[in-house]
Amino acid sequence: MPPLLADNAPTLSGSKGQPALVVNQLTKHFGGRSAFSEVTFDVAHGEVFGFLGPNGAGKTTAVRTLGTLIAPTSGSAIVAGIPLTPENGVEIRQRIAIMPEAPGLYLRLTVTENLEYFASLYGLPHAASRISDALEAVNLADRAGDLCGGLSKGLRQRVGLARTLLSNPAIMFLDEPTSGLDPVASREVHELILGLRQKGVTIFLTTHRLAEAEKLCDRVAILNTTLRIIGRPEDLRAQLFTTALVIRTRVALRAPDQIFTRIPAVESWRSDEPGSYVLSVSDPKIAAPEVARVLVGAGADVLAIGEAQHSLEDVYLELVADDVEASRE
Amino acid sequence: MMRLDSGRIRAVVRKEMRDYRRRRAIVVSMLVLPLLFLVEPVVTLFVSLKSQSASHLDQFVVLPLLYLLLIPVIMPGTLAAYTVAGEREQGTLEPLLTTPVRRQEIIAGKAVAIMIPTVALAYTVFGLFLAAVALFARAPVAAAVFRQGPTLLALFLFAPLLAGWAIVVGLAVSVRANEVRVAQQLGTLASLPIVGVVGLLALNVIHPTFTAAALFGVGLLAIDARALRIVARMFDRERLVTGTKAARYRLTARAATLGD
Repeated sequence: MPPLLADNAPTLSGSKGQPALVVNQLTKHFGGRSAFSEVTFDVAHGEVFGFLGPNGAGKTTAVRTLGTLIAPTSGSAIVAGIPLTPENGVEIRQRIAIMPEAPGLYLRLTVTENLEYFASLYGLPHAASRISDALEAVNLADRAGDLCGGLSKGLRQRVGLARTLLSNPAIMFLDEPTSGLDPVASREVHELILGLRQKGVTIFLTTHRLAEAEKLCDRVAILNTTLRIIGRPEDLRAQLFTTALVIRTRVALRAPDQIFTRIPAVESWRSDEPGSYVLSVSDPKIAAPEVARVLVGAGADVLAIGEAQHSLEDVYLELVADDVEASRE
Repeated sequence: MMRLDSGRIRAVVRKEMRDYRRRRAIVVSMLVLPLLFLVEPVVTLFVSLKSQSASHLDQFVVLPLLYLLLIPVIMPGTLAAYTVAGEREQGTLEPLLTTPVRRQEIIAGKAVAIMIPTVALAYTVFGLFLAAVALFARAPVAAAVFRQGPTLLALFLFAPLLAGWAIVVGLAVSVRANEVRVAQQLGTLASLPIVGVVGLLALNVIHPTFTAAALFGVGLLAIDARALRIVARMFDRERLVTGTKAARYRLTARAATLGD
């Protein structure tokens, strides 16, 4: 299925006049199995781009491919302004930073020693001050001398984030950065990402936590081997779902069909449970007062009238749930 | 031509050495193994028969000296076999591979980090052996040992070459093995060819002449250099990360992987 491009999906203007990441028909097969296929999108400078999908959808493989750890089977990409080719691996890795799902710290080394190692591998000048700044950014300055083996999972994740900040990368790839973290630690990571977003850092975030994507990302793409949809969360909702009013009455209406069909603004209606009705309307702002008047005129005790809210989870389930069910059968 | 970055190689060496120092099992095994290998030659020389003639003693002391050659071969095998497979098992390999470091720099750094303590410990043990002989062995035995100038010189010259052999074999196993335990078991196989050579010398099938030593040294140097290049090529990012061999990239003119 070709990706569904939201009509008004924004492309944020980049500081260099071109996107930070351009992916065109990128495909990766492992033998006969397709990890992801013909994926096309771009990410603007300073954008937080969410890459969503169920387990096994190809998210991590896509990140590894763009990070030059894995060679694509076909397609092309421009990562941080450099074409993704075998010759450019070192140069691309110099400009990006990837935090894998597990931070992968050397547990017998201190926080500072871990960061020193990576600063040296990036050939960074003024490593000490960069390390200090990175630790300040993740609120870990007071744990700089601690062995990583003694840190909690949440703190290790923060060290991993500090590591990705060291080289001031053009793109940060964060692969499931809150995986396995408790709600408090997850919130801390979210705050760090929001802080980076405010500073204009380009972030490519893979996650299957939909609330996380909704909270953090400017745009999201939903991948399930192929790219299913891409756009702002609110645009995706508008694209996939008709606008609707949700009505709750104290007791079930005696003849709801007679009531709703005589309201011109109501296109169709359904009732999921007694006293609860969902009306498809073209413009909720016009329809709601009219519906209220008719219901009151019909003697109904109206408890609530509101616009139906669709979360990113609804979008995701609409696109992916059937695939997951089919793959299980 | 590709240029390796000495700063990145030094960074790998420094990190590896720090990591080794903080692993008690590694420190203990690196110290105990050479000392155990020191016992046999010392005991052999100290219990040598008094009635042996000078020419008999000259032949008699060669074998314990050759035995010492096994120290730089046996010591680094386990460590080399662990170094990549261990990182993969601990999850530290992928973050390393995401940095600009080239595979050749990783391999070189890891090899040097194992070579330094191996050669330092081997030379220390050789020194301890010679000191023990000079101080405590009977005068004819000590004289016989110190008459083996070429053998002693070979001992010091061959130590890094033999260690190099064990390290590249261990690294090759480590790059390909899926488990640390399997890698370490296979890594010990690196010592077998050298044990065979020492055995042939002990059985007088090969005579420890200058020509034989020179040929062995040059051959070993060439093999080590070639093997190191092969190991660097085996260090395939895709295989290490996913467990499957890297695909050929269709869009490029020449088939290659994103290996560097």
